[in-house]
Amino acid sequence: MSEMIQTVLIELTVNGRRRALDVAVNHTLLDVLRDDLELTGTKECCLVGECGACTVSLDGRIVDSCLVLAVEADRAQVTTVEGLAVDGHVSPLQQAFLDKGAVQCGFCIPGQLVAAHALLAENPHPTVPEIQEGLAGNLCRCGCYQQITEAVLATAEEAAR
Amino acid sequence: MHTFAYARPATLAEAVALLEAHGPAARLLAGGTDLVIRLRDGTARPAVVIDVKQIAELRPAIHEDGGRLVISAGTVMTDVASDERVRRSFPALAEAAAVVGSVQIRNRATLAGNVCNASPAADTAPSLLVYDAAVVAEGPDGTRRIPVDDFFVRSGVTTLARGEIVTAIELPLPARKMGAVHMRRTRRRGHDLASVTLCCGVDEVEVTRLAYGSVGPRPVLMIDESGVLADPAATDEAKAPIFERMFADASPSPRSMRASPEYRLAMLRVLGARALRTAIDRLAQG
Repeated sequence: MSEMIQTVLIELTVNGRRRALDVAVNHTLLDVLRDDLELTGTKECCLVGECGACTVSLDGRIVDSCLVLAVEADRAQVTTVEGLAVDGHVSPLQQAFLDKGAVQCGFCIPGQLVAAHALLAENPHPTVPEIQEGLAGNLCRCGCYQQITEAVLATAEEAAR
Repeated sequence: MHTFAYARPATLAEAVALLEAHGPAARLLAGGTDLVIRLRDGTARPAVVIDVKQIAELRPAIHEDGGRLVISAGTVMTDVASDERVRRSFPALAEAAAVVGSVQIRNRATLAGNVCNASPAADTAPSLLVYDAAVVAEGPDGTRRIPVDDFFVRSGVTTLARGEIVTAIELPLPARKMGAVHMRRTRRRGHDLASVTLCCGVDEVEVTRLAYGSVGPRPVLMIDESGVLADPAATDEAKAPIFERMFADASPSPRSMRASPEYRLAMLRVLGARALRTAIDRLAQG
């Protein structure tokens, strides 16, 4: 019979680094990333899975980390915005966000980047409607959708050269 | 979030025993896209949360079995929407699964969870009704197959008995050619709950199945066997009274923030007529 417990020891790989930690069963993956692992790039915002600010990749698929209990991430591979840099430098997608002026207040950007990375990994040459659909779960209060879309397109074009 | 005990059973029998022991104090956790919100806002306060994702029988899988397509309870919307067999035999279900929430939600939310949550606005419900799907439930007394039309009661309430857990959704592979489509109305493009969600299917013997949600306490299925709706040559005047009968059960809540009852009823008629035309076209195209 499985035990009924208030904390659970979980093991997960975050941005390539193995971590083992005791998590409260009522804490989310978002709580653990920010508060226990101090990876504060992932943002807490709507907490109902509508804004996408807390987007991370979980076993290769993007999820709203505010809707995932930390115990559910046991034995999973997690990538946050901190894991997107390549050899200590911003990724081409991150650079494109900067070049296109896609980053205004910046709060939604970690989620946008993780979602856009996943989109490009699955579909290296997305059309504008495909980008809009792929990022529909990431809201930007500054209204930078145009620039964000341009940054994703530019990254895809650059990669194709 | 309030505290609860967390259980992660490895077998179906363990899960059934936990559900039977705890009754309404237990809640099942699959994708969590509904439950975690409710745990946080306090509208669900279970003593025990039972995570079903380690149960072997519920692992994500879509397979054919005896003339049925079986979608296991752990299968997420992304995989329902992209599965070749679903797209070929049940295109309106693939269309519905593809518009649930956002990519993030579809990567997590399960088809079975969408059904069990029994939201009147559940986008997959109308297509499951049109395709005559059944919910497979395992309980203390064995396995039951419940037609989806007998499954929904009202928001959050189903005909599942104490101790029962949904293991799969089954769709009979169509014996006749059918054209079907899912359509919905939302406030914004992208990520939103439906103000009207609807599926229409027309088959080669001119039976029209029309199912709609978000316009009453539960999704509704109506069937027209007169052949008038399915007839491409029938006039709008001939179809109007049949449509009116089919929409008679719509009773949108006046308290919803998403849309007024008047708007929903108007859009139900617009979408219904539009979906019927598309279903007839798709049937003709084969």
